[in-house]
Amino acid sequence: MRANTWAGRNKVEVRDVPDPRILNRRDAIVRITSTAICGSDLHLVDGYVPTMQDGDVMGHEFMGEVVEVGPGVDPERLRVGDRVVVPFPIACGACGACAAELYSCCENTNPNAGIAEKMFGHPVAGIFGYSHLTGGFAGGQAQYARVPFADVGPLKIESDVADEQVLFLSDILPTGYMGAEMCDIQPSDVVAVWGAGPVGQFAMDSARVLGAAKVIAIDKEPYRLEMAERAGHTPVNFDEVDVRSRLLELTGGRGPDKCIDAVGLEATHGSAHIATYDRVKQAVRAESDRPHALRQAIMSCRSGGVVSVIGVYGGLVDKFPAGAWMNRALTLRTGQCHVQRYMKPLLGRIERGEIDPTRIITHRLPLDDAERGFELFKNKQDHCEKVVLKP
Amino acid sequence: MELTATTTIRKPVSEVYAFWRDLENLPTFMAHLEEVRTTGDRTSHWVANAPFGKDVQWDAEILDETPGEKIGWRSIGDADVPNAGTVRFVPAPDGVSTEVHISLVYDIPGGTIGKAVAKYFGEEPHQQLDDDLRRLKQVLETGEVVRSDGAPWGKRAREEFPQRPAQPLSDAEFAKGAEA
Repeated sequence: MRANTWAGRNKVEVRDVPDPRILNRRDAIVRITSTAICGSDLHLVDGYVPTMQDGDVMGHEFMGEVVEVGPGVDPERLRVGDRVVVPFPIACGACGACAAELYSCCENTNPNAGIAEKMFGHPVAGIFGYSHLTGGFAGGQAQYARVPFADVGPLKIESDVADEQVLFLSDILPTGYMGAEMCDIQPSDVVAVWGAGPVGQFAMDSARVLGAAKVIAIDKEPYRLEMAERAGHTPVNFDEVDVRSRLLELTGGRGPDKCIDAVGLEATHGSAHIATYDRVKQAVRAESDRPHALRQAIMSCRSGGVVSVIGVYGGLVDKFPAGAWMNRALTLRTGQCHVQRYMKPLLGRIERGEIDPTRIITHRLPLDDAERGFELFKNKQDHCEKVVLKP
Repeated sequence: MELTATTTIRKPVSEVYAFWRDLENLPTFMAHLEEVRTTGDRTSHWVANAPFGKDVQWDAEILDETPGEKIGWRSIGDADVPNAGTVRFVPAPDGVSTEVHISLVYDIPGGTIGKAVAKYFGEEPHQQLDDDLRRLKQVLETGEVVRSDGAPWGKRAREEFPQRPAQPLSDAEFAKGAEA
């Protein structure tokens, strides 16, 4: 089959690889009908996530048709011919974390848990196409994928809703939604979202759906801010204004009640010397992540507010504003999304027209053009916001 | 050398105890074991895997047993690598899970076998036992050891690192199995 693979830093390559096969009893093989490039794939391509290997099949946002099931798959839950969206974290459904609906922390699905434990203290779930640290599972930017615990995670789509309406239930829509949900939004809340990429856009839409009074989008790309503005959110361009001052203006001096970091470890910063400081430390591996957005969110949030982190961090950050966090009674909440928890309710919101996930799609390309898709997305060319690939 | 490790398994004590008490189950999750054969009510014959030292075998006897709580065993006769182990099963505070606490003692000899064993355990010997318990948890909670494309051979995952790429196995690789 054809598959998009990691070919070293700053390089992806669509290659011929073997077709997947059943390796565990509860696996299914899915023929992929739609897949996407995620912002977090850029962290892999940019070389910030360790344990990638040449030839790793990338991609963790995909859906398609079940073409084969292992002998252990519960036929009441999944059969050949079912149309499914596959959540990016692989969850067993049986461990303590899964029982607590903390699916992205599943205790059983990462065969390389020992390595993850060294980095994170405790291991995390397996993830499709996301390094060997999260299991070494081949991803979904391909014609077919092997899906372990196929009768636990995948969401069956039983209506004739288009792929593009439901594809993002695999990751970015639930991720954005969880970012907003962790904010415990009240009707009077002003919610500021750092990052107007795909996850940020969905965090904004979710904050509004959950009842926020005002939603602010912070980014530097005019086209991304315009996209947020068209959806009814208030844009703040950090290349043009001082973010803290602007946020104070927009909130009568209080600061946003809730702040969402939808940027993560590769933040860019309006202040050249702070950006340089972090880039240099990151380059010499004295700091693995560049946490500008997180720092600014903590400094900007009103006292007693919530800072919700859904941007990806991988290791250690420097200059964490612990004083602001502690003295101003902030709550910091975070997590890789527990996608399985949100798929069904969000499918309902899509079907009722409360959220339109297709509004962020700017590019549709054949799988064989994945390399170009990564170029466009990484370099923000051609007003690229979200690339959907068709195998 | 003494190693200890612990894990929590979301299954009742009776089930976890019964699985371990059937010593023939141990090779499904313990990386250094090829086979354990029950030879009597309390006696068994153990065969180690190649990385642990080729053709290392020994007999063992359960000497200390409290059903549902504890199993203690040790090698008997002139074992190449004299060893002993104790495993305790404790109800977890959540009321549904079982804490498994294991302790193993190896009397590592000199010579080739001693070297092979030392090499097998490497610089961080407790990790092997941690991984063994992770697999025990996988087997009891999900039915089998979880495999990925990067680590397709189950209990060899640690020694396979760095791994084959995370892409599907070719027919030839699959046919060759763990030796590929």
